[in-house]
Amino acid sequence: MFVIKHKKIFVAISIVLVILSLGSIGYFGLKLGIDFKGGSLSEIEYKTARPEQNVIDKALASLSLGEIIIQPTGDMGYSIKTRAVTEAERASIMIALGADATEKSFTSIGPSVGAELVRKSILSFILVSLGIIFFIAFSFRKVSKPVSSWKYGFIAIITLIHDILIPVGVFAALSHSYGTEIDTLFVVAILTVLGLSVSDTIVVFDRIRENIRVGHWKTFEETVGKSLEQVYTRSITTSSTVIIVLLCLVFFGPKSTKVFAMMLTAGMFFGTYSSIFLASPLLVMFNTKKK
Amino acid sequence: MWKTRITALLILALGFGIGFFVYKSELAHRKLSPDKAPTGLAKYPFKLGLDLYGGTHLVYNADISDVAPTEVADSMNALRDVIERRVNIFGVSEPIVQVQNGGFSNAGEERLIVDLPGVTDVSKAVEMIGQTPVLEFKTENPNPNAPQKAVVDKDGKVNITAPDPYVSTGLTGRYLEKAILEFDQTTGEPIVSLQFNAEGSTLFEKITRENIGKSVAIYLDGQPISIPTVNEAITGGKAQISGNFKPQEAKTLVGRLNSGALPVPINLISTQTIGPSLGAQATEAGVKAALIGFLAIALFLVIWYRLPGLLAVIALSIYVATMLALFKFIPVTLTAAGIAGFIISIGIAVDANVLIFERIKEELRGGRTIAESTKNGFSRAWLSIRDSNSSSIITALILFWFGTPLIQGFALTFLLGVLVSMISAISITRLFLSTLNITRTSNVTNFLFGSGFSSAKAQQK
Repeated sequence: MFVIKHKKIFVAISIVLVILSLGSIGYFGLKLGIDFKGGSLSEIEYKTARPEQNVIDKALASLSLGEIIIQPTGDMGYSIKTRAVTEAERASIMIALGADATEKSFTSIGPSVGAELVRKSILSFILVSLGIIFFIAFSFRKVSKPVSSWKYGFIAIITLIHDILIPVGVFAALSHSYGTEIDTLFVVAILTVLGLSVSDTIVVFDRIRENIRVGHWKTFEETVGKSLEQVYTRSITTSSTVIIVLLCLVFFGPKSTKVFAMMLTAGMFFGTYSSIFLASPLLVMFNTKKK
Repeated sequence: MWKTRITALLILALGFGIGFFVYKSELAHRKLSPDKAPTGLAKYPFKLGLDLYGGTHLVYNADISDVAPTEVADSMNALRDVIERRVNIFGVSEPIVQVQNGGFSNAGEERLIVDLPGVTDVSKAVEMIGQTPVLEFKTENPNPNAPQKAVVDKDGKVNITAPDPYVSTGLTGRYLEKAILEFDQTTGEPIVSLQFNAEGSTLFEKITRENIGKSVAIYLDGQPISIPTVNEAITGGKAQISGNFKPQEAKTLVGRLNSGALPVPINLISTQTIGPSLGAQATEAGVKAALIGFLAIALFLVIWYRLPGLLAVIALSIYVATMLALFKFIPVTLTAAGIAGFIISIGIAVDANVLIFERIKEELRGGRTIAESTKNGFSRAWLSIRDSNSSSIITALILFWFGTPLIQGFALTFLLGVLVSMISAISITRLFLSTLNITRTSNVTNFLFGSGFSSAKAQQK
């Protein structure tokens, strides 16, 4: 009953977290990566000695590639970002960098491919959200008293927005220090957080649904409170196990999925937090307000 | 009771079998020399995506502005076949050439996606796809005695260029429908027969009509290979090249001409290359993360849930072995994102078990016997498991349906993981727990079924 009793405090904490995340997004900004806006990225490694950055700057200046962003990576490498380049331009970049440089990876994405990904991402986001709303409304259709099943769906969506905004805020802060940009994996992370967060909220709602049917407790408030007491161990245990594997992915996994795993960790953590400390209090608040 | 126990043993054996298969087939594949065709177990290696194996991913935009809308699908398929043949000639192992049809998401552009595993030299890859043999029909230059041109280059050398004896007619390999290898019936010499399409046939007829008694030169890649004299106008669009070919030469030429006749012009719009060292690092890191993650979870389950935890670890091991075997059999192309999806699905597989165990604990707390609690725990947890996994399944399905290859790699392993984990948690863990057939409650059983810092008895308040 602790959570329900102090529901205002927990809802307030969530609001503060969301505001902080929005602040982080606004302050650090979200940079679109080449997956979305098109462009090229070369990961270069020098075999014997890495030249100074201004040497590279000078070497590439004559190629008229527009804006070039050069960042040192590791001890021997550079990452070079330019606009989308043709095969001939790529070859001339490699010549300009000298024979000692080897290309570890090269990506060039045309603007139309980027635009396609933007459309696809938005469409999948809408579809996933719709799919989840309908699923919740459907699976809770039999429990329309005392709270209509659409309300469960509506609250699940508020919870979702909360669960997504926070990892995006974390990402904005991370991108500031790691220089990461929004890429395909970012979209995957967001959509996966969507799925995981809803699944957690559903477990809580599912228990409330069951307890309403059993009818042990008199008030709706009490039912929600008791239901939470029954499920929170499970919620915390499972999200800890998922977080354990995610942290393994962060610390030992491939570099390419590091930020992805960090976002999922944040999403998982706040997803669990929100299903206990946000979704249920909101459910009670929505219900008492009406009376 | 014995029936359940035997089933449990069989499943355990099957799990071992699957695990053994995964291990052995991987070992067999590693030992395999690259030039030998895989046999037996080595036929089922893990299929690694470009980001792990290294390779080149190319996206071409096909220019279909000259193609009638009804023929777009046909031209794209023809294009795919042409590129596929060309890539195969160069001996790339397991290339993937796919058509991506125009639709809402890509603004109606028709694309061709080419994945070349193991090819990390982009320029070579682009070259081998872009290398269309240039076939041209030329007619005699009406002004062959034009003055020679002399150009002095910067080294002071004088280059004299004679006027071309032949001039272009506009009839090129673009109008070629197919090339066939034939042999002259009297001399037995190989002949390359060309069949033009309708447009090309009209052009060819016009050229031959205007040049009766003169010679027409057939140029291949800028060199004249055959200069026959025209006797009469040729209708029907059939031409023959009899250029004193050796049979092998003629065969190669036919192959090149056939694979070279691109039905629509293509334009490279995206390139991605991952070096093999980067791929190997990512694979190693992914496997390491999966192993450590699995061990950490196993440890957690055993310490926290004791006996049921141990059974869950066994069920989880069977789950992991099954997933790995599925990856080999289907086969699922593994990418870094795909491995991440699999690792997350391990976490979700645990979720189902935890839901069940927490339910069992509650039932125990309600004063029921261990056997009853186990039975009720499973049936009550099922609804939660089904509902909570449904949202993940919805997400994975939409991601798979919409995604680019990178997203699909993740969605597929994640989806498989969620589905298989539901089955493994519900059926395998349940079977194992019921096998124990604990009817009496003692201090030992209370400890074994307890969790965290308390025994089952302490929870029965």
